[in-house]
Amino acid sequence: MRDTVTAPVIAAKDLNLTFQTGDGPVHALKDVTLEIAKGEFVSFIGPSGCGKTTFLRVIADLEQPTSGTIRVNGMSPEAARKARAYGYVFQAAGLYPWRTIAGNVKLPLEIMGYSRADQAARVDKVLELVELSGFQRKFPWQLSGGMQQRASIARALAFDADILLMDEPFGALDEIVRDRLNEQLLDLWARTEKTIGFVTHSIPEAVYLSTKIVVMSPRPGRITDIIDSPLPRERPLEIRDSPEFIDIAHRVREGLRAGHIDD
Amino acid sequence: MRTIGPVLAVTAALLALWYAAVIPMNAQWAQDQARRAGQDLSFSALVADTMSQQRPRLPAPHQVAQELWNSTVVEEMTGRRGFMNTGTLSNRSLVYHGWVTLSATLLGFAIGSVLGIALAVGIVHNRAMDASVMPWAIASQTIPILAIAPMIIVVLNAVGITGLVPKAIISTYLSFFPVVVGMVKGLRAPDQMQLDLMKTYNASGGQVFQKLRWPSAMPYLFASLKVAIAAALVGAIVAELPTGAVAGLGARLLSGSYYGQTVQIWAALIAAAILAASMVAIISALQRLTLRRMGMTA
Repeated sequence: MRDTVTAPVIAAKDLNLTFQTGDGPVHALKDVTLEIAKGEFVSFIGPSGCGKTTFLRVIADLEQPTSGTIRVNGMSPEAARKARAYGYVFQAAGLYPWRTIAGNVKLPLEIMGYSRADQAARVDKVLELVELSGFQRKFPWQLSGGMQQRASIARALAFDADILLMDEPFGALDEIVRDRLNEQLLDLWARTEKTIGFVTHSIPEAVYLSTKIVVMSPRPGRITDIIDSPLPRERPLEIRDSPEFIDIAHRVREGLRAGHIDD
Repeated sequence: MRTIGPVLAVTAALLALWYAAVIPMNAQWAQDQARRAGQDLSFSALVADTMSQQRPRLPAPHQVAQELWNSTVVEEMTGRRGFMNTGTLSNRSLVYHGWVTLSATLLGFAIGSVLGIALAVGIVHNRAMDASVMPWAIASQTIPILAIAPMIIVVLNAVGITGLVPKAIISTYLSFFPVVVGMVKGLRAPDQMQLDLMKTYNASGGQVFQKLRWPSAMPYLFASLKVAIAAALVGAIVAELPTGAVAGLGARLLSGSYYGQTVQIWAALIAAAILAASMVAIISALQRLTLRRMGMTA
């Protein structure tokens, strides 16, 4: 499936990041080397403190690496951010309470200077994509947590970034809502052909969604395993009971355990 | 409207307390008068007397109410210098004096609010201002206003600025502070995630301010404006005291105390309280209107 000819969308080499804290330096990322090709769905999984969120934030130019190189779309993260190369979805929906759902989705478009007509058309399109048509004029507090998170995904999709970075977007939601959103996310990924970086601490979620699973471990934050998923792109929820799925989940669990042994 | 019951209950309790206090406060004078006249004062006569003295230590609520009525509606409608007879407000009416004070209050409040917001914007966006302005703002509020007000009035008088402006400046002096404190808090209300989100959009500082910081600060702005307008009124009244101003609620308080007109003092005080309460109520209404339009009230 992967187009190996084109250059990687994200390429990190020997990336290190050390935070200076009151309790001494914290090695958040150590020698992280990873390539993500266009159209891939990459999950980062690991216990807290393993640097998965930090790595995502480095890609987004929200943190600066201490050493090593990272290219996003062949540019530095800063240039990529300024070129608005990615949409970022945070753990909390973070919708503005004073804006309607349509107003919230419109926010990046206003900032980026899209024309009024274009804004309206895009809002309608992405809200349809996350199945929130008809909620344009509602305020965030009138929506459930899952719907709010879908609105925040729509907000990240509204402009033409071909990378979508998601930091535990469904972490605060219950299992049933999460299953539904995972299905929708796969559908959305298939329709938009975006490259997705997805941080999670749920093994089934990572295996179900990803074409590539990056297993990380803490102190120092590093990659312990990279698993290319043999699952097809088309994934009904039942696939989670298949032997292949269970095999990958097992391998992820082993990788996580290995990371913990040398604590 | 659900609050009307409790409000009335508290008002009634306060009035009862006030009436109860009137009797012992004014009893001394009533008894002295009776003794001098060689009369024996029954309790009911004593109570009646304490409620109706010309210059009581503590006037009864109905005396204050009567004075308020006389010095507003009656004075303007029928007074020799009243509005109905002359077409201008009478200088013996609380409407006139209230307006004199109110105009200084509103000017001072407007300047103070703009100044407070401007300082808060500076503090939030400029590291040097962040480090330097707040201590000075706090220091400015630790100086008793009664000490600094006469100096400001005198200095401005010396350079030929009199009337409304010096009073407004003292109102400004008191009213900018709550706005600075509230707006600094409000403009810093957006959390790191919100700011990161703006950064991922490569938003400019102006856009972050306009689309995130300013709307986030709205609830804080209205809360501090309510404090500020009350403070502005206090400032305007205090500013009227040291110069022996001839007009304004402060002047009424002063002349009342010169001539022992306690009823007049209390009427002016109540007028000031009504003025402050109305202005706070107006800001509350604006707040409700604005926040509802922003979808912020559930």
